[in-house]
Amino acid sequence: MAYSLQLSGMAPTDQVWSVSQLTSAVKRLVEGEFMPLWIRGEVVGCKAWSSGHWYFGLRDRSSQVRCCMWKRDAERAGEPPQDGTEVFALGKPGIYEAKGEFQFNVTRMIPTAAIGAAQRELERVKEVLHRDGLFDHARKRPIPALACSIAVVTSTAGAALQDVITVVGKRWPCCRLVVVNARVQGDGAVHALVRALRLVNRIPDIEICIVGRGGGGREDLAAFNSEAVCRALAEVRVPTISAVGHETDISLTDLVADLRAPTPSAAAEMAVADRREVARQLDDLAARLAGGLGSRTRLAGERLARTADRLHGSIEAVLQRERHRSDRLAAQLDALSPLRILDRGYAVPVGPDGHVLKRRADFAPGAPFRLRVADGDVAARVESP
Amino acid sequence: MSIAQDLNRLEEIVRKLEAEDVELDAALALFEEGVSRLRAARERLGAAEVKVQTVLEEADGDLRLSDLDG
Repeated sequence: MAYSLQLSGMAPTDQVWSVSQLTSAVKRLVEGEFMPLWIRGEVVGCKAWSSGHWYFGLRDRSSQVRCCMWKRDAERAGEPPQDGTEVFALGKPGIYEAKGEFQFNVTRMIPTAAIGAAQRELERVKEVLHRDGLFDHARKRPIPALACSIAVVTSTAGAALQDVITVVGKRWPCCRLVVVNARVQGDGAVHALVRALRLVNRIPDIEICIVGRGGGGREDLAAFNSEAVCRALAEVRVPTISAVGHETDISLTDLVADLRAPTPSAAAEMAVADRREVARQLDDLAARLAGGLGSRTRLAGERLARTADRLHGSIEAVLQRERHRSDRLAAQLDALSPLRILDRGYAVPVGPDGHVLKRRADFAPGAPFRLRVADGDVAARVESP
Repeated sequence: MSIAQDLNRLEEIVRKLEAEDVELDAALALFEEGVSRLRAARERLGAAEVKVQTVLEEADGDLRLSDLDG
């Protein structure tokens, strides 16, 4: 028996699709249609394969969907969930072409119970911190403009630190960064962050404190919502910037810090000045400094010139006066000169050693001496006592 | 002395010099101080790369700062 393929004119035989063509077309259609989305369901039949991937189902009352979680995401998620656990799962619908099956590719999974408990704790902490005034705007301190010494509280293993170093290195390389290493997620993160924040208060010369981490999931940010960390942050004695990189959520440290930055890079940018801008400012000050002194010396020069004119006049007068005075003095001196007395007929006896002989005792019998008279001196000798 | 302090002092010096009621010797002293502040600030700005340190608390409670590699 021969079958004839009853094809309408609209679907000629050369356009029959292969299975692969169909699955890949549907795959494109489905996967192109959806952005990552959260679904809520109950886990059924979760299997963790030795490859590291997890396969399971998620169901609600009327429907079920196959799910898979690739090794990289499964590793971050920790233990595979027990059957019956209600979860939130983030993922994208896709088509597994080899089997032509529709599945939901999960990248993150959180038990709904955990969210409930975390949410309640968050509300409680928010409430007490608000009551204690830790969110008050009046508390916010300004970030110093030209800080050269900044503490960075984060994990030395995280991307946040590199981002901060890169930005600061580019904008403000004269800065010193002091990294205070702290776990930022998982067990012990709260304790480590509190300890690190307290340590900041003991490092000398710190001007700003940045606390943060790179982006993470909601539960990864838990430490930054803890009451102890928020209180320790409020007690940091220098202005603080919270940089808990996450696009949608804000953490409580964001509310407590003096400034909130969306990412660690942004925090670094807010914390430091741009070297080129400050260099321009210095150039401007240098020009004004030179100009200031220039005008000051010009002014002084003009004043000096005026003074010199007056000085010159007064010196002339003084000199004139002094000249007259010295002439008068010279005349007086001349009158007082002993030589003028000799003119009047006096004579002065001078001994061989040049001393004037004034008393009888100065004249030894027979001793020679000289008599100085008006126009010279004459030899003489003592005749008898 | 920080760059901020240098800049503030420079501002002050320049304002005083521009006010013109300073004695010449005072003006010269201000100018000299200004030049040395400028030089200091420029030297500081010229630092080639950011200095990264880590801090550790030792057993006795003392802090120890050390340079972080890379």
